[in-house]
Amino acid sequence: MQLTGLRLLAAGVFVCLQGCATVAHPVASDPWESMNRSVYGFNDAVDRAVLKPVAAGYRAVTPDWLRKGVGNFFNNLQDVWSAVNNGLQGRGQEMGDSIGRVVVNSTIGLLGTVDVASSLNIDRHTADFGLTLGRWGMGPGPYVVLPILGPYTLREVGALPLDWKADLTQQLGNSDTVTGAFVLKLVDTRAQYLQAGDVVEGAALDKYSFTRDAYLQRQRNRQYDGNPPEEDGVEP
Amino acid sequence: MDMKRNFLRGLLLAFSLVAVGGFATVARAEDEAPDALIKRLSVDILATIKADKAIRSGDIGRIVALVDDRVLPNVNFQRMTASAVGPAWRQATPEQQKRLQDEFKILLVRTYAGALAQVTDQTIAMKPMRGSGDDKEVVVRTEIKGNGDPIQLDYRLEKTPGQGPGWKIYNLNVLGVWLVETYRSQFAQEINAKGLDGLIDTLAERNKSNATSKKG
Repeated sequence: MQLTGLRLLAAGVFVCLQGCATVAHPVASDPWESMNRSVYGFNDAVDRAVLKPVAAGYRAVTPDWLRKGVGNFFNNLQDVWSAVNNGLQGRGQEMGDSIGRVVVNSTIGLLGTVDVASSLNIDRHTADFGLTLGRWGMGPGPYVVLPILGPYTLREVGALPLDWKADLTQQLGNSDTVTGAFVLKLVDTRAQYLQAGDVVEGAALDKYSFTRDAYLQRQRNRQYDGNPPEEDGVEP
Repeated sequence: MDMKRNFLRGLLLAFSLVAVGGFATVARAEDEAPDALIKRLSVDILATIKADKAIRSGDIGRIVALVDDRVLPNVNFQRMTASAVGPAWRQATPEQQKRLQDEFKILLVRTYAGALAQVTDQTIAMKPMRGSGDDKEVVVRTEIKGNGDPIQLDYRLEKTPGQGPGWKIYNLNVLGVWLVETYRSQFAQEINAKGLDGLIDTLAERNKSNATSKKG
């Protein structure tokens, strides 16, 4: 899987070499804008040609309960790594909730396919190692768009190898199963964002900037539990 | 002796509570509390959507009418637009400012109306407010709960004494993303490349293409 990631990165660099130009008005959080824009364009083309149609097809042929089960299954695997990271951040309550969720959902919830824990009001607190580094005080660094994987901050890219290694999706069996699970997860995630994608399509003047500014705000919001300190806002 | 003192203290407490309560009622008669306003609006709009079959089947026209009628009177749209446009706003002529506001309003109402059409059994939960009672600007934090993870929905409001309910919304936050901030660099890009009129044209074009694509 990591090899695949490297190959994707190489593809991105290649795309960049073909189409990198200087940016007229650089944004402080995005010093690599011209490279990022190239990769974003590549991702967008892949999305239009392959991912979005496949996700729409998946949505059309599968019943709601099945997609819900698939989403729950991957969420349950993710909750394990969330528990570890909440622990690393010294958040006892969140770690306890995450462990409780995994225990309940993996058993009563039929291997994670039914989210019993949410019905019992055990809240989800997703956390990965990128977030842990942020809560330890590391800054986000520049914005990076990775091929296929999409928007990241440099801090999260640094945490990615560990996050991938710890992803239980990687432990599901032989490499074919793992690749299959990765593709299913990608399609399932994309299917969940079909409507959101249409909103961005209609609302954005420049999809690249819209996505970047929304993503960076959202990550900052996450780091501060939905209550980030005010930034030096510029209002006329 | 002790009993008497306790009684007096109790009486004093009771009086002060009545006094504070009285003042609070007087203040509310003119100006609603910002979180009460948001709660009233949200509950009202969620109930209207649930009761209206046309909206739930995706009738964009009806949603736009609902937003115009109930939401926009409580929004300072000029401030929202000015803030998204940034420093260039002050160089804009009154005519340009009006067109920017109009086009931006259409863009937001039309694109976010689609999200409102998805409402089914959602409810709203208020989160505790930060800041003191006499702030001129406040953040009201809410969560929309339905199936799936709750959706964070926050509002920035400014005090408008004597005007309507006494508060107006000037920014909106969905899932941690402030609306005005998300448009700021897109607007700046357009202005840098094509000037204020270029931005107005781009907005108008986008609205035109949204209108035709949604009809089909």
